[in-house]
Amino acid sequence: MEDALILHRIQFAFTLTFHYVFVQLSMGLALLIFIMKTLAIRTGNRHYNDAARFWIRILAVSFIVGVVTGIPMEFQFGTNWAKFSRAVGGVIGQTLAMEGVFAFFLESTFIGLLLWGEKLLGPRGHWIASMMVFLGTWLSGYFIIQANAWMLHPVGYIKQPDGSLALDSYWSLLLNPWGFWQYLHNQLGAAVTGSLVVAGIGAFYLILRRHEEFARTFIRLGVTVGLIAGILLLFPTGDMQGRNIARYQPVTLAAMEGLFETTEGAPLAILGQPDVEKQRLDNPLILPKLLSFITYQRWDAEIRGLNAFPKEDWPDNIPLLYYSFRIMVGLGTIFILLLGIAAIRLRNGKLFESTPLLWTLGLLIPFPFIANTAGWITVELGRQPWLVYGLIRTSEGASPYVSSGNTMFTLLGFMGIYTVLAILFLFLVYREIADGPHAVPESQSQRGASKAY
Amino acid sequence: MELVWLAIVAVMIAVYVVMDGFDIGAGILSCLLAKEDKEKRQILQSIGPVWDGNEVWLLAGGGVLYFAFPALYASGFSGFYLPLMIVLWLLILRGISIELRGHVDSPLWKPFWDNVFGGASILLAIFFGAALGNVVRGVPLESSGFFFLPLWTDFGFGPHGLSSPEGGFLDWYTILVGVLALLTLTLHGAKWLIFKTAGSLQEKCLRIEGKLWIGVVLMVVIVTLATFSIQPQVMNNFKSAPWGFIFPLLAVAGLAGMLVFRKAHQELKGFLASALYIVGMLTGAAFGIFPYVLPSSTNPELALTVYSAKAADYGLWVGFLWWVPGMILVTIYFVYTYRMFSGKVEVE
Repeated sequence: MEDALILHRIQFAFTLTFHYVFVQLSMGLALLIFIMKTLAIRTGNRHYNDAARFWIRILAVSFIVGVVTGIPMEFQFGTNWAKFSRAVGGVIGQTLAMEGVFAFFLESTFIGLLLWGEKLLGPRGHWIASMMVFLGTWLSGYFIIQANAWMLHPVGYIKQPDGSLALDSYWSLLLNPWGFWQYLHNQLGAAVTGSLVVAGIGAFYLILRRHEEFARTFIRLGVTVGLIAGILLLFPTGDMQGRNIARYQPVTLAAMEGLFETTEGAPLAILGQPDVEKQRLDNPLILPKLLSFITYQRWDAEIRGLNAFPKEDWPDNIPLLYYSFRIMVGLGTIFILLLGIAAIRLRNGKLFESTPLLWTLGLLIPFPFIANTAGWITVELGRQPWLVYGLIRTSEGASPYVSSGNTMFTLLGFMGIYTVLAILFLFLVYREIADGPHAVPESQSQRGASKAY
Repeated sequence: MELVWLAIVAVMIAVYVVMDGFDIGAGILSCLLAKEDKEKRQILQSIGPVWDGNEVWLLAGGGVLYFAFPALYASGFSGFYLPLMIVLWLLILRGISIELRGHVDSPLWKPFWDNVFGGASILLAIFFGAALGNVVRGVPLESSGFFFLPLWTDFGFGPHGLSSPEGGFLDWYTILVGVLALLTLTLHGAKWLIFKTAGSLQEKCLRIEGKLWIGVVLMVVIVTLATFSIQPQVMNNFKSAPWGFIFPLLAVAGLAGMLVFRKAHQELKGFLASALYIVGMLTGAAFGIFPYVLPSSTNPELALTVYSAKAADYGLWVGFLWWVPGMILVTIYFVYTYRMFSGKVEVE
């Protein structure tokens, strides 16, 4: 049983992490494509339409991988976490069903129109399709974040006589105070991913002196949207997320910060390796009293350390939790710095000539994916050892009769199929990027964004 | 309220089978009938803009099942662990084969994805049929409300005839239902292609549909007889509530309609008759096993019923309040999309 549990966890974590690589890219690109289509309508400049058409081709590949890897997510609640599903399905099933009815139908309808319908719909109709794809993907995110937020901070439920939980207040579930900041934080993270990919590809084109007109548009858009989203990620959304954790999951805060002892005026550790066995932070690099200040806005506030909580309530992988949190915050800070420099150079009109900065933008492409993944690892590991915080432990949620052998079999299957998907994705996106954006002459501009089958 | 939700889940699953069924059927025919690249592209063009939306019915139906009948969702999905995972893999392969085929113009790339598309479609039809067979036959539920079924069969026979107590997800009965599903969706796909295409592909579909129809009718008779022997509840239900005969009558009307409209060359009506037949069969199955939603193959006391698997009433009421406007929106999307891409597909 122990073995099966860890395999269930690895399978869910693996399939979800892989899925979210494509989802964050799709949500980010959907926003940027909508901005490009809006600029095209506003300015009447076909250039923005041509630019959007290029990114729609990339979105098509990212979207389909996101769709096919998303189907297993909904099913795995039942297949691998049956006891959890039976206990809480009456509550979080609501958000998952609403996601299907309100978001999936919307996005699947309009992604088809976005890919196929430029000719049929005309400029305004195609602009609406891009808006609907943006809304659909971001609405989908809202429902799924509310499901996750409920697991982190359960509200609006009552306990039934048989031990399962039932919905008690629909609006509490949908307007979970935890979910509000988590949603904004998450979506801004996706916007940064989309922005850095758009800016980075633009930077590479410029270094190669190819598609230079498009490249400058990509960089301008990517740097601007990325910087705004990056700042909002830190403040207020990241800050509010942190306060929620301090308030509702103090043991998680202690583990994230590697704070083993309760401390007044607790320092913020920038670096240092947590040693869980000896219960200390090795060779820490600290900023005195800063943790107390950013958590409670008082320099001498007391922060409860891990020793204030029973060991069975500690997150079960403190080192990974500690490092993921640092990777997320560290990368987020680096993004703001670099995008800030790029934005200043952009204003001075010097960015497009600065080869080192263009290389920096290009090489940044993988890092928002890492930052977003690290963020999700932080929140999911931080919730441990609970599946639903304070109510159901992870060890109580798995399917009772699915053996470790069967889970191993399916985990290997997913790893194999997803490896193939990753190779296909990189291959096809590389081809699209190598082909590049095209300025389509007026006479043919109604040809439609995507190929026919 | 739980009866309303049972009806909703049954209808959503039936809509899924009708909608995704025609593109699965088209996939099967892409493998079996379409020999030239042009015919394969006609098939993809006819389902390309809609298949993803069709598949959303499975996700939406699954989501509704999750919140309205959490005990059924949990027990069924974990008990059918292996076949469900295989279905997921097939859905992944099928989805990417449709979308990625056109990206590279190479005699290695295209035939590869054609075969993935066809193979995944065939296996999906069989697995979905077998899954329905399992739900009708019942599963070895334990007192915890959970069970686990292995995947393969020993091809043995049991006290109820076609079902071996040692068999897993697949046994003689569920394989029979799988074959019926394969024939049904192939015919359904043929009806769609007759409606949406012209030329050599349509002619091939017209030539094969008669044979498929005969095969479907034969299998319907066989599976119906097998079902009465394996699941006594079905006979009891039709005896105690004869109004339930409306469901099998719908199916028969659909089968008859296919014949009539075929002679009259009414392509859309022929497709709709096939849809009616599918809806009749699925709702008939749901009626047949009522009040069970997952019967027990060992002890009727342990079966999951619509009453024991349901969520609490407040959630069901709230769900109904958002489900109705949600479905109105979905109807608008579908009417709009199908009108947008109406008419015969054209391939250069």
